[in-house]
Amino acid sequence: MATTNQIIVNALYDDDDVLLAGVKQVREKGLEIQEVYSPFPVHGLDKAMGLKETRIAIAAFMYGLLGLTTAISMTYGMLIIDWPMNIGGKPSFTWGENMPAFVPIMFELTVFFAAHLMVWTFFFRNKIYPGCKAQNPDPRTTDDKFLMEVVSSGDTEELMSLLKQTGAIEVSVNNAEHA
Amino acid sequence: MHYEAPIRKPLIEGDKSYHDITLDVVRPVESSAPRSWWIVFSLALVAFLWGVGCILYTIGVGIGTWGLNKTVGWAWDITNFVWWVGIGHAGTLISAVLLLFRQKWRMSINRSAEAMTIFSVIQAALFPGIHMGRIWMAYFVLPIPNQFGSLWVNFNSPLLWDVFAISTYFSVSVVFWYVGLIPDFAMIRDRAVKPVQKHIYKILSFGWGGKAKHWQRFEEVSLVLAGLATPLVLSVHTIVSMDFATSVIPGWHTTIFPPYFVAGAIFSGFAMVQTLLIIVRKVFSMEEYITIQHIEMMNIVIMLTGSIVGVAYITELFIAWYSGVEYEQYAFLNRATGPYWWAYWSMMTCNVFSPQFMWFKKLRTSIMFTFFISIIVNIGMWFERFVIIVTSLHRDYLPSSWSMFSPTFVDIGIFIGTIGFFFVLFLLYARTFPVIAQAELKTILKSSGDNYKKLQEQEDHGDH
Repeated sequence: MATTNQIIVNALYDDDDVLLAGVKQVREKGLEIQEVYSPFPVHGLDKAMGLKETRIAIAAFMYGLLGLTTAISMTYGMLIIDWPMNIGGKPSFTWGENMPAFVPIMFELTVFFAAHLMVWTFFFRNKIYPGCKAQNPDPRTTDDKFLMEVVSSGDTEELMSLLKQTGAIEVSVNNAEHA
Repeated sequence: MHYEAPIRKPLIEGDKSYHDITLDVVRPVESSAPRSWWIVFSLALVAFLWGVGCILYTIGVGIGTWGLNKTVGWAWDITNFVWWVGIGHAGTLISAVLLLFRQKWRMSINRSAEAMTIFSVIQAALFPGIHMGRIWMAYFVLPIPNQFGSLWVNFNSPLLWDVFAISTYFSVSVVFWYVGLIPDFAMIRDRAVKPVQKHIYKILSFGWGGKAKHWQRFEEVSLVLAGLATPLVLSVHTIVSMDFATSVIPGWHTTIFPPYFVAGAIFSGFAMVQTLLIIVRKVFSMEEYITIQHIEMMNIVIMLTGSIVGVAYITELFIAWYSGVEYEQYAFLNRATGPYWWAYWSMMTCNVFSPQFMWFKKLRTSIMFTFFISIIVNIGMWFERFVIIVTSLHRDYLPSSWSMFSPTFVDIGIFIGTIGFFFVLFLLYARTFPVIAQAELKTILKSSGDNYKKLQEQEDHGDH
């Protein structure tokens, strides 16, 4: 994401409200926030950062439809086409007549597909997997600290003093090669 | 933005900061196990191994080693299955239904309640498996042609619905639990100093870093999973009840079963959550997170669902009489006054009578009394399943085949084994997993923490 000659400034906060106010101030100045790391979901942070709404719920709906389709084709293929069975006099000539008995299967597979595929999407989009290197540069951000990474577009010194003013407890130029 | 009405009591007591929550949650993981843990763990392990022995004996010799006979073909195995699945329901109810209702008090108990769900569904799933007799034929329940020939599974059968319901329920509960655990594992990873421990939690935490976009997706995923898990949990016990309700046995063939089973499941599940959490909060000194208020809330749920179950019992009796079907009438008369009267009246006392004590605030805020009632309720709910299953079967249409059921040591051994297995899993969990969803809990500290609420109150007074 970041080009090689870009300078990133790290600002560490110890309070979510101060962080949120800081994010708003930095954005008002027209500066680009590269990332914010927080120990818990800070309410309103995504809006303050200008992040788009996630579409993962729409994906889950699609996966649910896929599960429903799977259940319908499975019951139809196995119990109507391939080997119709007369069980307890339940009509098995057409799928429609037999459908009430298939509702539990249809429901369960809808939920199964929606839940699992959504979670896989969540892992895939976040690029998180077992054994993945910790994505947060500062280990304190899973405890009680909040880290904002700002892209410096002009005077780095000025940016650093601005971040200090917003209430950051530590401000430093990021030398790490992550991102 | 962190405002909460002052009338609501704080959910986090003590003068806590974000860092304090971290320390309190991580303490059991970072410290070594106390002697009491080892004693309880050893007992549970012995019970578990005894159960494993009985299961292996059953598989080797066949289910003829159980007390089943020609008349009573289902007994303890299915009783235990329904009992364990029912216990599992409370975990999903707390984490999913209470999330949808925005009940903040769920946050300090949902992790352990979900763990309980997963561990009890594991116990439940054992029973249909071993009751098959020939467990190596278990793949018959999968939608593949039997014997790889041409005959498919029967999608009309409630027993197959059960396979789909339980496996969906189990696997969805596991991912729901795990997604919530990832940020908490990341917290333990970032604190770990021992290399092995750090490596294990690095794997478990999936590299989670708490990026803003990731939290946004995390919250959406949690919400959608809760939305999916809510109808799912209701469907599971509904389908379990259909194993009975779709048959034509008097005492089983009733339309009241699905709601009645679901209410009973919530009832027994909350009782088990109480049993476990009263111990957890004491042993891990988490009284400031799992407060008396949490226990009171759960007692109210127990009181409500216990009353629903009571109404269901009485409705069943009324409908049996009102239906005019003499077989149905006899089935219920036999339950209450027949040779299994003691099981029926134990069920009535434990499930209908005992939760009524919770109307008294003094009793429902008493830890000792709650613990006592939680055990009573679980005994009662086991009897409920036993009554439904065994007393409906033991006197069938042909009086010459009437019989009684008495369990063998194998029946008892397997049941005790599952209790042992459950506690083995829960005790291991309690020492290695964050037992409170700390990331989630930190989001309500400023609105529901004791110190912040006091601060809020002072500001309010200052305004006037």
